Amino acid sequence: MDEGNPYLPYTVRIEETRYETPGDRCIKTFIVNFTDEKVWETWEHKPGQCAMVGRLGVGESMFCISSSPTEEGYLRFSVMKMGKVTSALHELDAGDFMTVRGPLGNWFPLDEWEGKNIITIGGGIGQAPLRPVINYIRANRDRYGELTVIYGSRTSKDLCFKDELESFMTEDGLKCHLSVDVEEEGWPHFVGFVPTLLMEVAPSPENAIAVTCGPPIMIKFVIQNLEKLGFAPEQIYTTLENRMKCGIGKCGRCNVGHLYVCKDGPVFSYSTLKDIPEAFA
Amino acid sequence: MGEYKFSKENLGKVLEALKDYKVYAPQKKADVVRFQELSDPSEITLEFTNTNVPPKEIMFPQTETLFRFKVGGQDIEPRVPEPTDKMLVFGLRPCDARAYSIVDKLWQWDFIDPYVKNRRESSTIVGFACSEPCANCFCTSLGGGPADEENLDAILFDLGEVFYLKTITEKGDEFVQKCGEALESAGDVERKNAQAQGKEAIEKIRRSIEVEGISEKLPGLFNDAIWKEFSSRCLGCGICTYLCPTCHCFDIQDETEALDGRRARMWDTCMFAEYTLHASGHNPRPTRAERTRNRISHKYSYFPEKFGVVACVGCGRCINFCPVNIDILDILGKVKEA
Repeated sequence: MDEGNPYLPYTVRIEETRYETPGDRCIKTFIVNFTDEKVWETWEHKPGQCAMVGRLGVGESMFCISSSPTEEGYLRFSVMKMGKVTSALHELDAGDFMTVRGPLGNWFPLDEWEGKNIITIGGGIGQAPLRPVINYIRANRDRYGELTVIYGSRTSKDLCFKDELESFMTEDGLKCHLSVDVEEEGWPHFVGFVPTLLMEVAPSPENAIAVTCGPPIMIKFVIQNLEKLGFAPEQIYTTLENRMKCGIGKCGRCNVGHLYVCKDGPVFSYSTLKDIPEAFA
Repeated sequence: MGEYKFSKENLGKVLEALKDYKVYAPQKKADVVRFQELSDPSEITLEFTNTNVPPKEIMFPQTETLFRFKVGGQDIEPRVPEPTDKMLVFGLRPCDARAYSIVDKLWQWDFIDPYVKNRRESSTIVGFACSEPCANCFCTSLGGGPADEENLDAILFDLGEVFYLKTITEKGDEFVQKCGEALESAGDVERKNAQAQGKEAIEKIRRSIEVEGISEKLPGLFNDAIWKEFSSRCLGCGICTYLCPTCHCFDIQDETEALDGRRARMWDTCMFAEYTLHASGHNPRPTRAERTRNRISHKYSYFPEKFGVVACVGCGRCINFCPVNIDILDILGKVKEA
């Protein structure tokens, strides 16, 4: 971010793109690098942080940075084709330019979580903010306890980061549980909703942190089930999203109660959110 | 602190002498008094209760270019105002000056907004004490007053034959140095008259609200029926927020014309459905009830919780200009009763 003017974006060149999911609302991953390599000297992001990604002449939208800072030399964003900005971003491919303004917002307190067992519970595109958490722990394996990845989507085609998920299945020090909502031929894993899979896996709340991201309805039932399993609100983290324009706590619109999602969030402990009725509106 | 006076007919002379400043002053255009850059000193009017559009537009224009670019290019040309341009805001009401300092807390929160900051730091603020408050003024309920000096560099009183000018800060003294020979020093008579006028003006204020306790009470009324009740006749026009001196919400849009492009920000309002509409179609504030709740809660609960001050100065504009007579004091009264 420009030191003196937080509205000015950096230019990035797209190095590589890939489609995570098919369909009208397909998800495309962009792997990008700053055109001015010097930006890396001051750029420092943490898992959970976001950036405004855009195109000059079209606009910007807020996305989580889906790469961990331990993946050096590039940034990753996974974008679902949905509205004006995301459709314009989807037109871009390797060699094209985008703008990035960030890093913005707060982050998962991974330093505080050292020595703990971490459970991530994701649904659909909600895996994007969990990906940097998972990869950060994988890169700092000895600093954390068990890592459990629970992830589901409507169909197997809607799972993001499939290549990585496959390798997770056989990776040491990581347990991966996948699900799809409805029965599918050849699907070897769980069939049902993510909150149900969570109860099947039934992680122990002892010395554990649960992080969940996904559709609001999934988050609601995941939190209910985590509480049933004995997780205290302080052990549960999630990220919120709302429409944003400035990303720096000025333009107003992303507030839930007195908190700005862009600035006070997007990462919140459930102990904070449980007292904010607008958090899950 | 210095005390001065000048005869009313010398107002033009005083303004004429202020060549070092870019002067913003109330001017009557098409029957509406509004703050604009003063190119001709004779255009100023000080015959008004308050301007419809608050002088927030001087610091935070309704539409402002953030940067320019060429279509197809990647180079960005920032359009931040130079901090060295000396600005003089002359004749604004004390409530509107207070609003500047309230919203400053947001502009300078963590990320500093260089556009507003540079204007604020370059500006000298000369207030104009109220002698005739409007029917819906309630500034005294919020710690302000018709002759309140908070956030002013100097304050002007209309004493009938003459203007009495009192400086408050060094910036105010610097301004007086530039005012030229039309200024005479003032004394006990003018000071006493100004004080008496200020007191009388306070007595003329007819509306009030006991603010204590509202901030703590609002979160508990999140799902209360009052929001539907008070928003049922709301047209969603947003005038209550556009004309509010502390409302600061904005949209950011890219605009292109041939090969010239700009990213601009423009006033926006939480009273519009699009304000919070997600690309998915989901809207966390789907009806005017939730939007009204946000407007009131933001001013009287969220902003105080975050920045320690109520984001309302009691100027009465949202009451005066609401086309369906929705009255913030009625809503706050109901909040207190609930």
